[in-house]
Amino acid sequence: MNAMRSLIGRDLRLALRSPQESLTVLAFFAMAAVLFPFGVGPEPQLLARVASGVLWVMALLAALLSFERLFQLDHEDGTLDLIVLAPAPLELLVLAKCIAHWLTTGLPLIVIAPVAALMLNLPPEGIPVLLLSLLLGTPTLSLLGAIGAALVLGARRGGVLLPLLVMPLYIPILIFGVSAIEASIAGLTPRPHLLLLAAIQAGAIPLAAIAAAAALRQAAE
Amino acid sequence: MRMVGPLFHSGFAMTAARLETESLSCTRGGRLVFRDVSLALRAGEALSLRGPNGSGKSSLLRMLAGLLAPSAGTIRWDGRDIAEDRDGHRGRVGYLGMLDALKPTLSVAENLAFHAALHGGESPRAAAAIDALGLARLGATPARRLSQGQRRRAAIARLLVQDSPLWLLDEPTLALDQDGLARLGEALRTHLASGGLAIIATHVELPTVTSATLALGATA
Repeated sequence: MNAMRSLIGRDLRLALRSPQESLTVLAFFAMAAVLFPFGVGPEPQLLARVASGVLWVMALLAALLSFERLFQLDHEDGTLDLIVLAPAPLELLVLAKCIAHWLTTGLPLIVIAPVAALMLNLPPEGIPVLLLSLLLGTPTLSLLGAIGAALVLGARRGGVLLPLLVMPLYIPILIFGVSAIEASIAGLTPRPHLLLLAAIQAGAIPLAAIAAAAALRQAAE
Repeated sequence: MRMVGPLFHSGFAMTAARLETESLSCTRGGRLVFRDVSLALRAGEALSLRGPNGSGKSSLLRMLAGLLAPSAGTIRWDGRDIAEDRDGHRGRVGYLGMLDALKPTLSVAENLAFHAALHGGESPRAAAAIDALGLARLGATPARRLSQGQRRRAAIARLLVQDSPLWLLDEPTLALDQDGLARLGEALRTHLASGGLAIIATHVELPTVTSATLALGATA
């Protein structure tokens, strides 16, 4: 636990001292929200119709931007060897990396999501569900992204490979995230979709921990 | 094909060996790097690894750390094969690789405190470790401002905040000056005196440390 806490603390401190990573994700998300209405035209009805889907796709793509360096820097400077050699289970340390990643990319994204939703004219009743679905879905993005990031470590052009590996895994999250918002706008209950998002997250926690840890051990060889 | 394999034993087994290997082989990318490396180390003993580039010194160290699985042979700690308990074995290892594993934006003290916590040590010891390597004035300096030699010292200080009985050092003297060399020697001497083991891949004779030598890469 101590090791997990110190790893999260270190990653947060690193993100604060060189915030480019988090800012890139945020800037991408914000810029897409600004540009999209110019692209499809400013008709309120049209925007409202596509807003939930656009917001979730933007969140997915923004998250993808940040994975390549998740383990890369630790790999390059030799820290990864020491993380693998730490007495604490590597699976828990992987989860610590995911938590720190979510706190530095997913959480800021949720904070600016309401503004992006307003720009895209998402009906107000959809906003609480948008936030809830992001809250349940973005941690899963970090978890699944960690598997991909660990797998492409040491591979040449890992940055190209990574989205191909991870994108298919994101599709269920996209579908249920958007469905939850659509349901709430249509006056239906978003509960089943949100529960499914929660279930995917619950499943992704052990899966990502085990899979990414195995990939990291391989990369350390 | 490069082959090595002088059987190495560090003297008579007066006390049982803590670390023992039997006929270790290493194949990387289909190429045999070394084979039949057998060694035994008791508490308080040090071993120097010598050999030309590419003879497998780093690979052997990574194998002994449990980072790399041997292609053949076994590694035993206190008589038990480390493959049975890899997680337990990793916790025993103080590994100093070629890379210093320092985060450029964190200060020396922050870097050490992180590694101390990661290895279950206590961060108060970071201060003593910084002192022991002569970095007292640089504790609050971000690692990116350090010179190569200072970075190496900070990486060595990392070993002192962990309680690892087995030190595996890959070219620890890289970029060190005379004073740094002396301090490394002193740290090693203390470690060995308290019953620790050390295996060091180096081309430099370390002061205050007497060690046996294992030569890799001697063509058979």
